[in-house]
Amino acid sequence: MATKVIAGKTVNVNEEGYLLDPNEWTIDIAHEIAKEEGISLTQKHIDVINFIRDKVLKGETLSMRSISKSGVVTVKELYELFPGTPLKLACKIAGVQKPASCV
Amino acid sequence: MEKEEFPLKKVCIICSKGSLETVYPALVLANGALLEGIEVKLFFTFFGLDAIHKKFYKKIHTPVVGNPALRLPGNIPFPTLLGILPGMEDLTTAMMKSTMNKLDIPTVPEFIEYINAGGGEIYACKLAMDMFGVKREDLIDEVKDVLTVGEFYAKCGGQGTQIIFI
Repeated sequence: MATKVIAGKTVNVNEEGYLLDPNEWTIDIAHEIAKEEGISLTQKHIDVINFIRDKVLKGETLSMRSISKSGVVTVKELYELFPGTPLKLACKIAGVQKPASCV
Repeated sequence: MEKEEFPLKKVCIICSKGSLETVYPALVLANGALLEGIEVKLFFTFFGLDAIHKKFYKKIHTPVVGNPALRLPGNIPFPTLLGILPGMEDLTTAMMKSTMNKLDIPTVPEFIEYINAGGGEIYACKLAMDMFGVKREDLIDEVKDVLTVGEFYAKCGGQGTQIIFI
Protein backbone atom coordinates (compact mmCIF):
# COMPACT_ATOMS: atom_id res chain seq x y z
CA MET A 1 0.00 0.00 0.00
CA ALA A 2 1.28 3.42 -0.92
CA THR A 3 0.34 6.89 0.09
CA LYS A 4 0.26 9.94 -2.10
CA VAL A 5 -0.26 13.61 -1.42
CA ILE A 6 -3.11 14.83 -3.61
CA ALA A 7 -4.39 18.39 -3.28
CA GLY A 8 -2.49 18.76 -0.01
CA LYS A 9 -4.00 15.65 1.55
CA THR A 10 -2.22 12.36 2.20
CA VAL A 11 -4.33 9.48 0.89
CA ASN A 12 -3.87 5.74 0.42
CA VAL A 13 -3.67 4.67 -3.21
CA ASN A 14 -3.02 1.47 -5.13
CA GLU A 15 -0.25 1.13 -7.72
CA GLU A 16 -2.52 2.53 -10.45
CA GLY A 17 -3.40 5.61 -8.43
CA TYR A 18 -6.93 4.63 -7.39
CA LEU A 19 -7.92 5.71 -3.90
CA LEU A 20 -8.21 2.74 -1.56
CA ASP A 21 -10.66 4.44 0.78
CA PRO A 22 -13.44 6.41 -0.93
CA ASN A 23 -14.01 8.33 2.31
CA GLU A 24 -10.61 10.02 1.92
CA TRP A 25 -11.88 11.63 -1.27
CA THR A 26 -12.56 15.34 -1.58
CA ILE A 27 -13.66 17.41 -4.56
CA ASP A 28 -10.18 19.01 -4.60
CA ILE A 29 -8.67 15.54 -4.99
CA ALA A 30 -11.05 14.90 -7.88
CA HIS A 31 -9.92 18.08 -9.59
CA GLU A 32 -6.26 17.20 -9.13
CA ILE A 33 -6.54 13.60 -10.38
CA ALA A 34 -8.57 14.88 -13.34
CA LYS A 35 -5.88 17.44 -14.11
CA GLU A 36 -3.22 14.71 -14.07
CA GLU A 37 -5.37 12.84 -16.60
CA GLY A 38 -5.74 15.93 -18.76
CA ILE A 39 -9.36 16.61 -17.86
CA SER A 40 -10.78 19.88 -16.58
CA LEU A 41 -13.86 18.97 -14.54
CA THR A 42 -17.19 20.52 -15.53
CA GLN A 43 -20.50 20.24 -13.68
CA LYS A 44 -21.40 17.34 -15.98
CA HIS A 45 -18.25 15.44 -14.91
CA ILE A 46 -19.13 16.11 -11.29
CA ASP A 47 -22.70 14.82 -11.79
CA VAL A 48 -21.29 11.55 -13.13
CA ILE A 49 -18.76 11.31 -10.29
CA ASN A 50 -21.47 11.90 -7.69
CA PHE A 51 -23.63 9.21 -9.26
CA ILE A 52 -20.73 6.73 -9.22
CA ARG A 53 -19.82 7.54 -5.61
CA ASP A 54 -23.39 7.24 -4.49
CA LYS A 55 -23.74 3.86 -6.17
CA VAL A 56 -20.43 2.45 -4.95
CA LEU A 57 -20.77 3.73 -1.38
CA LYS A 58 -24.16 2.02 -1.23
CA GLY A 59 -22.35 -1.20 -2.09
CA GLU A 60 -23.99 -1.61 -5.50
CA THR A 61 -22.16 -2.90 -8.55
CA LEU A 62 -21.32 -0.27 -11.10
CA SER A 63 -21.96 -1.08 -14.75
CA MET A 64 -22.29 0.78 -18.03
CA ARG A 65 -25.96 -0.09 -17.97
CA SER A 66 -26.59 1.46 -14.57
CA ILE A 67 -24.88 4.67 -15.71
CA SER A 68 -26.71 4.77 -19.03
CA LYS A 69 -30.06 4.20 -17.28
CA SER A 70 -29.35 6.78 -14.59
CA GLY A 71 -30.42 9.71 -16.74
CA VAL A 72 -27.26 11.52 -15.61
CA VAL A 73 -25.31 10.94 -18.80
CA THR A 74 -25.60 9.01 -22.08
CA VAL A 75 -22.96 6.45 -23.03
CA LYS A 76 -21.78 8.73 -25.81
CA GLU A 77 -21.38 11.62 -23.38
CA LEU A 78 -19.53 9.37 -20.95
CA TYR A 79 -16.96 8.56 -23.65
CA GLU A 80 -16.66 12.26 -24.44
CA LEU A 81 -16.31 13.35 -20.80
CA PHE A 82 -13.78 10.67 -19.87
CA PRO A 83 -11.96 9.81 -23.10
CA GLY A 84 -10.08 6.54 -23.62
CA THR A 85 -11.15 4.40 -20.71
CA PRO A 86 -14.36 6.12 -19.56
CA LEU A 87 -15.49 3.90 -16.70
CA LYS A 88 -12.02 3.44 -15.20
CA LEU A 89 -11.16 7.11 -15.50
CA ALA A 90 -14.45 8.24 -13.96
CA CYS A 91 -13.94 5.82 -11.06
CA LYS A 92 -10.39 7.01 -10.50
CA ILE A 93 -11.50 10.64 -10.31
CA ALA A 94 -14.47 9.64 -8.15
CA GLY A 95 -12.06 8.09 -5.64
CA VAL A 96 -13.45 4.57 -5.90
CA GLN A 97 -11.96 1.28 -7.09
CA LYS A 98 -12.20 0.47 -10.78
CA PRO A 99 -15.29 -1.62 -11.54
CA ALA A 100 -14.85 -5.38 -11.28
CA SER A 101 -17.38 -6.12 -14.01
CA CYS A 102 -17.17 -7.30 -17.62
CA VAL A 103 -20.12 -5.21 -18.66
CA MET B 1 16.67 -8.46 -19.63
CA GLU B 2 13.48 -6.51 -19.19
CA LYS B 3 10.43 -8.08 -20.77
CA GLU B 4 8.96 -5.94 -23.49
CA GLU B 5 5.21 -5.42 -23.35
CA PHE B 6 3.07 -5.16 -26.46
CA PRO B 7 -0.36 -4.03 -25.31
CA LEU B 8 -3.43 -4.84 -27.36
CA LYS B 9 -4.47 -1.86 -29.44
CA LYS B 10 -7.19 -3.18 -31.69
CA VAL B 11 -9.53 -6.17 -31.80
CA CYS B 12 -11.38 -7.32 -34.90
CA ILE B 13 -14.23 -9.56 -33.81
CA ILE B 14 -16.09 -11.82 -36.22
CA CYS B 15 -19.51 -13.04 -35.09
CA SER B 16 -20.56 -15.97 -37.25
CA LYS B 17 -23.66 -17.37 -35.55
CA GLY B 18 -27.03 -16.02 -34.53
CA SER B 19 -27.51 -17.77 -31.21
CA LEU B 20 -27.42 -15.94 -27.90
CA GLU B 21 -24.24 -17.70 -26.78
CA THR B 22 -22.37 -16.49 -29.84
CA VAL B 23 -23.76 -12.99 -30.16
CA TYR B 24 -23.26 -12.12 -26.50
CA PRO B 25 -19.57 -13.05 -26.27
CA ALA B 26 -18.94 -10.96 -29.38
CA LEU B 27 -20.75 -7.97 -27.89
CA VAL B 28 -19.21 -8.37 -24.43
CA LEU B 29 -15.71 -8.57 -25.91
CA ALA B 30 -16.35 -5.54 -28.13
CA ASN B 31 -17.83 -3.38 -25.38
CA GLY B 32 -15.17 -4.50 -22.90
CA ALA B 33 -12.41 -3.60 -25.34
CA LEU B 34 -13.80 -0.11 -25.89
CA LEU B 35 -13.96 0.46 -22.13
CA GLU B 36 -10.22 -0.35 -22.01
CA GLY B 37 -9.48 2.11 -24.77
CA ILE B 38 -8.95 -0.63 -27.35
CA GLU B 39 -10.15 0.02 -30.90
CA VAL B 40 -12.94 -2.30 -32.11
CA LYS B 41 -14.13 -3.57 -35.50
CA LEU B 42 -17.08 -5.96 -35.40
CA PHE B 43 -17.91 -8.07 -38.44
CA PHE B 44 -21.18 -9.99 -38.61
CA THR B 45 -21.35 -12.89 -41.04
CA PHE B 46 -23.59 -15.86 -41.82
CA PHE B 47 -26.28 -16.34 -39.17
CA GLY B 48 -24.51 -13.72 -37.08
CA LEU B 49 -26.24 -11.19 -39.34
CA ASP B 50 -29.33 -11.65 -37.16
CA ALA B 51 -27.60 -9.62 -34.44
CA ILE B 52 -27.68 -6.52 -36.67
CA HIS B 53 -30.94 -7.28 -38.53
CA LYS B 54 -33.74 -4.84 -37.67
CA LYS B 55 -36.29 -7.66 -37.54
CA PHE B 56 -34.28 -10.14 -35.47
CA TYR B 57 -31.76 -8.32 -33.31
CA LYS B 58 -34.19 -8.01 -30.42
CA LYS B 59 -35.03 -11.70 -30.67
CA ILE B 60 -31.71 -13.50 -30.29
CA HIS B 61 -32.40 -16.95 -28.80
CA THR B 62 -30.47 -19.69 -27.11
CA PRO B 63 -30.78 -23.10 -28.81
CA VAL B 64 -32.31 -25.91 -26.76
CA VAL B 65 -31.55 -28.74 -29.17
CA GLY B 66 -28.02 -30.09 -29.58
CA ASN B 67 -26.68 -28.08 -26.66
CA PRO B 68 -25.12 -30.51 -24.16
CA ALA B 69 -24.13 -27.73 -21.75
CA LEU B 70 -27.72 -26.62 -21.30
CA ARG B 71 -29.13 -27.70 -17.94
CA LEU B 72 -32.37 -27.19 -16.08
CA PRO B 73 -32.28 -25.44 -12.68
CA GLY B 74 -30.60 -27.77 -10.20
CA ASN B 75 -28.11 -28.90 -12.85
CA ILE B 76 -30.48 -31.48 -14.30
CA PRO B 77 -29.50 -32.32 -17.90
CA PHE B 78 -31.84 -30.82 -20.48
CA PRO B 79 -33.02 -33.65 -22.75
CA THR B 80 -32.84 -32.85 -26.45
CA LEU B 81 -36.31 -34.35 -26.92
CA LEU B 82 -37.70 -31.79 -24.49
CA GLY B 83 -36.15 -29.08 -26.63
CA ILE B 84 -38.31 -29.94 -29.63
CA LEU B 85 -41.48 -29.02 -27.74
CA PRO B 86 -43.10 -25.80 -28.96
CA GLY B 87 -42.26 -22.80 -26.81
CA MET B 88 -39.29 -24.48 -25.11
CA GLU B 89 -36.76 -22.21 -26.80
CA ASP B 90 -38.78 -19.12 -25.90
CA LEU B 91 -39.04 -20.25 -22.30
CA THR B 92 -35.34 -21.03 -21.96
CA THR B 93 -34.41 -17.75 -23.61
CA ALA B 94 -36.79 -15.81 -21.36
CA MET B 95 -35.25 -17.42 -18.27
CA MET B 96 -31.76 -16.63 -19.43
CA LYS B 97 -32.66 -13.04 -20.31
CA SER B 98 -34.26 -12.50 -16.93
CA THR B 99 -31.08 -13.67 -15.19
CA MET B 100 -29.00 -11.42 -17.40
CA ASN B 101 -31.26 -8.48 -16.66
CA LYS B 102 -30.75 -9.02 -12.93
CA LEU B 103 -26.98 -9.04 -13.47
CA ASP B 104 -27.26 -5.73 -15.35
CA ILE B 105 -26.08 -7.33 -18.59
CA PRO B 106 -27.24 -5.11 -21.46
CA THR B 107 -29.68 -6.34 -24.11
CA VAL B 108 -28.45 -6.71 -27.71
CA PRO B 109 -29.84 -3.28 -28.75
CA GLU B 110 -28.27 -1.68 -25.64
CA PHE B 111 -24.90 -3.27 -26.40
CA ILE B 112 -25.08 -2.03 -30.00
CA GLU B 113 -25.83 1.47 -28.69
CA TYR B 114 -22.85 1.37 -26.28
CA ILE B 115 -20.47 0.02 -28.92
CA ASN B 116 -21.55 2.66 -31.39
CA ALA B 117 -21.26 5.41 -28.77
CA GLY B 118 -17.76 4.22 -27.87
CA GLY B 119 -16.59 4.48 -31.48
CA GLY B 120 -16.65 0.74 -32.23
CA GLU B 121 -17.27 0.06 -35.91
CA ILE B 122 -19.92 -2.44 -36.98
CA TYR B 123 -19.78 -4.15 -40.38
CA ALA B 124 -21.88 -6.68 -42.26
CA CYS B 125 -20.62 -9.44 -44.54
CA LYS B 126 -21.55 -8.94 -48.18
CA LEU B 127 -21.46 -12.61 -49.10
CA ALA B 128 -23.73 -13.64 -46.25
CA MET B 129 -26.16 -10.87 -47.15
CA ASP B 130 -26.28 -12.07 -50.75
CA MET B 131 -26.83 -15.65 -49.58
CA PHE B 132 -29.68 -14.80 -47.25
CA GLY B 133 -31.20 -12.09 -49.43
CA VAL B 134 -30.56 -9.44 -46.78
CA LYS B 135 -30.51 -5.83 -47.98
CA ARG B 136 -28.69 -2.86 -46.46
CA GLU B 137 -31.99 -1.33 -45.36
CA ASP B 138 -32.83 -4.52 -43.44
CA LEU B 139 -29.87 -3.85 -41.16
CA ILE B 140 -29.83 -1.48 -38.19
CA ASP B 141 -28.57 2.06 -38.78
CA GLU B 142 -25.46 1.52 -36.63
CA VAL B 143 -23.96 -0.72 -39.35
CA LYS B 144 -21.19 1.36 -40.85
CA ASP B 145 -20.71 -0.56 -44.07
CA VAL B 146 -21.16 -3.80 -45.97
CA LEU B 147 -17.77 -5.39 -46.65
CA THR B 148 -16.17 -8.23 -48.57
CA VAL B 149 -13.71 -10.38 -46.65
CA GLY B 150 -10.82 -8.55 -48.31
CA GLU B 151 -12.17 -5.17 -47.31
CA PHE B 152 -12.58 -6.39 -43.74
CA TYR B 153 -9.00 -7.70 -43.59
CA ALA B 154 -7.81 -4.32 -44.87
CA LYS B 155 -9.24 -2.84 -41.68
CA CYS B 156 -7.49 -5.42 -39.47
CA GLY B 157 -3.94 -4.19 -40.02
CA GLY B 158 -1.55 -2.64 -37.55
CA GLN B 159 0.67 -3.66 -34.67
CA GLY B 160 -1.13 -4.90 -31.57
CA THR B 161 -4.18 -6.12 -33.52
CA GLN B 162 -5.95 -9.41 -32.92
CA ILE B 163 -8.71 -11.12 -34.88
CA ILE B 164 -11.23 -13.04 -32.78
CA PHE B 165 -13.59 -15.45 -34.51
CA ILE B 166 -16.70 -16.50 -32.67
